[in-house]
Amino acid sequence: MSDTVGTLIRLAAKRFGADPAKLRAEDDLFENLGIDSFQAVELISDVEDEFDVELPDYELQGIKTFAALAQKIDARR
Amino acid sequence: MIDWTYSEGVYELTLAAPPCNEIGTGMLAGLRRFLDQVDPAAHTLIVRSGLRQGFCAGADLRELHRGLSDAPRDQHGPQLRQFIDAIHGVMDDLDMLPLTTVGVVHGICFGGGFELALTCDVLIAEKTARFCFPELRLGIIPGFGGIPRLRRDVGNGLIRDLLLSGRSINAKRAQAAGLVSQVVASGEGLTAARALAAQTGKFDPTARKAAKAFIKKLPKDELLAERELFVRLAEGPALLAALQRFVESTDLRPYLP
Repeated sequence: MSDTVGTLIRLAAKRFGADPAKLRAEDDLFENLGIDSFQAVELISDVEDEFDVELPDYELQGIKTFAALAQKIDARR
Repeated sequence: MIDWTYSEGVYELTLAAPPCNEIGTGMLAGLRRFLDQVDPAAHTLIVRSGLRQGFCAGADLRELHRGLSDAPRDQHGPQLRQFIDAIHGVMDDLDMLPLTTVGVVHGICFGGGFELALTCDVLIAEKTARFCFPELRLGIIPGFGGIPRLRRDVGNGLIRDLLLSGRSINAKRAQAAGLVSQVVASGEGLTAARALAAQTGKFDPTARKAAKAFIKKLPKDELLAERELFVRLAEGPALLAALQRFVESTDLRPYLP
């Protein structure tokens, strides 16, 4: 698991009260965490703060896994 | 839907219309009722959301879709104009209140919700706040006065970015751009706003009102031009088609871009 994925999982687990040990890089963020679009927006802000990046919404269309989101983050660091 | 308290010169106006304070005729009527009773001796208005989801997700698209679908085509223009005129009346009155107005924003602050926030003198954003003008996705431009108001505060480059890309920006970026005054931790916005209200209450009322009137003007010509352009675009087929897609969508995450 990359550092980025590990940090993402930690952030998501903290925000949504999940057990990080039960989250995997290829997990579907929405299904595994059971979050709605409002919560997803909160997570995007957490991610941007943590990694000091800006993620244009249109680049996140279709992104469902921690691994795919990590790729987008790494491309902007 | 809308509730307010008034104590020691401070109004706290709380929006609480699920799912996320969508602005339709009900919200508009609530805001008008509030404006019509404002005590001129008050010194501060705090505008906030009582919902976890965010500040405001914008116009009530389902109500707009119903209104347009139920009306004959030749009535769309007059109907849209009536709604947009009423909205502009409320937004302009909020903008020009002789009080210091403080918007407390968390979570989603999109479209018409962003435009509502932009009527405030000072914005306090919790770290979860995100600002966005998604209107191009609907085949329209922001119609509640947002672009002219944003132009008072930030550079044209950021406005083009937000308007033409439809992307959202976070609280920190909004602060760096000069749109947001203070960024606070999640859940701390109201406390920060109350502290600011306490400070505002110490100022001489005449000087406070004069300072606001001196620095904050209504961009009347641009607001009028925006209204005309909005109605012209909204009368076209793109909006109704986009609204149709929105109401028929089974996507559980409609606020994702």
